Amino acid sequence: MTAYLIRRVFQSIVVLIGVSIIGFILEHLLPGGPAKAMLGNRATPLAIKTFNHANGFDKPLVTQYLVYMGHLLQGNLGYSYKLNQPVSQILAREVPKSVLLVGSALILSVIIAIPVGVFQAVRRNGIVDYAATSISFLLYSMPSFWLGLILIIAFAVNTHIFPAQAPQGSTIGQIIAHPSGLVLPVATLTLVSFASFSRYMRSSAIEALAQDWIRTAKAKGLSQRAILFKHMLRNALIPIATLVGLSLPSLITAGVVVESVFNFPGTGLDFVTAATTEDFALLLGIIILVGVLTVVGNLLADIAYAVLDPRVRYK
Amino acid sequence: MSELDDLRAPIDPQQEAEALVDKGVPAGGEAFETGSQFKLILQTFLENKLAVVGLGLVLAAVIFCFLGPHFYHTNQVTTTYNINLPPGKGHPLGTDQNGYDVLGRLMVGGQSSLEIGFSVAIIATLFGVAWGAVAGFLGGIVDTVMMRIVDAFLAIPTLLLLIYLASVFHPTLKLLIIVIAGVSWLSPARLVRGEALSLRVRDYVKAVRVMGGGSRRIVARHIVPNAIGTIVVNATFQVADAILVMAVLSYLGLGLPPPAANWGGMLSDGVNYVYAGYWWLIYPAGFAIILTVVAFNLIGDAIRDSLEVRLQRR
Repeated sequence: MTAYLIRRVFQSIVVLIGVSIIGFILEHLLPGGPAKAMLGNRATPLAIKTFNHANGFDKPLVTQYLVYMGHLLQGNLGYSYKLNQPVSQILAREVPKSVLLVGSALILSVIIAIPVGVFQAVRRNGIVDYAATSISFLLYSMPSFWLGLILIIAFAVNTHIFPAQAPQGSTIGQIIAHPSGLVLPVATLTLVSFASFSRYMRSSAIEALAQDWIRTAKAKGLSQRAILFKHMLRNALIPIATLVGLSLPSLITAGVVVESVFNFPGTGLDFVTAATTEDFALLLGIIILVGVLTVVGNLLADIAYAVLDPRVRYK
Repeated sequence: MSELDDLRAPIDPQQEAEALVDKGVPAGGEAFETGSQFKLILQTFLENKLAVVGLGLVLAAVIFCFLGPHFYHTNQVTTTYNINLPPGKGHPLGTDQNGYDVLGRLMVGGQSSLEIGFSVAIIATLFGVAWGAVAGFLGGIVDTVMMRIVDAFLAIPTLLLLIYLASVFHPTLKLLIIVIAGVSWLSPARLVRGEALSLRVRDYVKAVRVMGGGSRRIVARHIVPNAIGTIVVNATFQVADAILVMAVLSYLGLGLPPPAANWGGMLSDGVNYVYAGYWWLIYPAGFAIILTVVAFNLIGDAIRDSLEVRLQRR
């Protein structure tokens, strides 16, 4: 177990270094380099040259990378001249709101997907199974912004049940204060992630049902309920732990889209706004943050897997 | 010389046996499945009704987008005053905010959506397969380095990377295809690397090596062909994903600039009229995207199922 952990943590550190290199390359991809990220698109060549000299961007690339890495380790993600604030300060304000949105959708979709998937596995090839499979297939193939639009048309434009726009506010408290505005964005994101979770839950439950210990439990004469909840579910849930970790990037992606559909004031909306206003420092800051989150999420998922399933440890 | 070539030709026991079966010669003892593997896969594929539906939908989409404009002539170049007309005579699906006929625009827009989908899938698959096959075949430190690079890219969500690149380089159709392909080659690379790892220790690969076959030959003639199922399935999903990602980019205003049409861009324009109730600017393009993506996903699923059947019958 310890050896596995050490190897896995070491691997993650290597990948994190990779992420930082990608961030570094992305910054230098800009015609004009980091100076343009900082000073904006219209910076004069002279301003760029002065900036480059003042900040050491005329030094060799390796030196520059080490400096960049040093800044990252100190939590310095650059400075957004468009918003006139350090990127880390912007993120500290915006990220909790996005975590609220994505987190509640994640929890809800897992809570819904587990019973649906189990039911599908038990009554395989029944009407409910086909219906649930078709629905998740359809949701899976739908652009998430379109789903959001349909929900807006149905529940905001035609019936006025929920507001079409997410609550506005700069703190998480102001957002929670208007829960009705959260319904549609959370519902959109929940449906999107439910689509993939229920498919995995179904196949994971089917696999668990085919195991020997289920047959043993049946042979012992245990009730259907005991078999399902005590024996099958616990085993079928293990892959879901990994799946939740692995689905972080796609959840964050869907979050970006949903935030811009509902004008939800979070990191995703900032990202899209930053792309249109060419605020490259903020774009890169968010990319690095998401990259780190994903790597850490995958690491935690793998550790959870190893803790839950003793077979992994001996591999 | 030609005799030597024949001697050097790698012997794949399965292919050899199948060749015999095809000639009507029993391959000794337990017979192989009659008919080639390809036939078997095709058969299972066609038995799957959903797969046939998917294939039909893709063909319909291609015909609609590429042949449609030859039969249904519309003005998609100059703007008119007939803006936001509801569906009716002359415009079966109405017109949009520039006065373009929506049905005609669906055809033209679909062309670029499909072109992007197919081109991305082909480029990403070719590059990813080469990357994965080399990493898996060589193994060791090369494999570790190559796969950590893939991991690092996988850690950054595709869409974020795309949005960044689209805001740095102002997109043209070719550039978008390259950029989307540039972030899509990771999953085929991973899959093929996994296959290559298991294939390179098979007996027939060892046999090729014993007979003096070079690495390039092993990768190109044995590893890639044997992983072809996984590759094709993934490529199908790639088409679907590329169409979706293109739609999202256009929706966010980072797609192709106005004169060009695509389904995502049509939706992005339609969004402004959600409150006005102009449903014909939202539903047709949306359904076009969903139907096409569903079709490719159905085909991918079906091929995967038929490959599993092949493996079971082995």
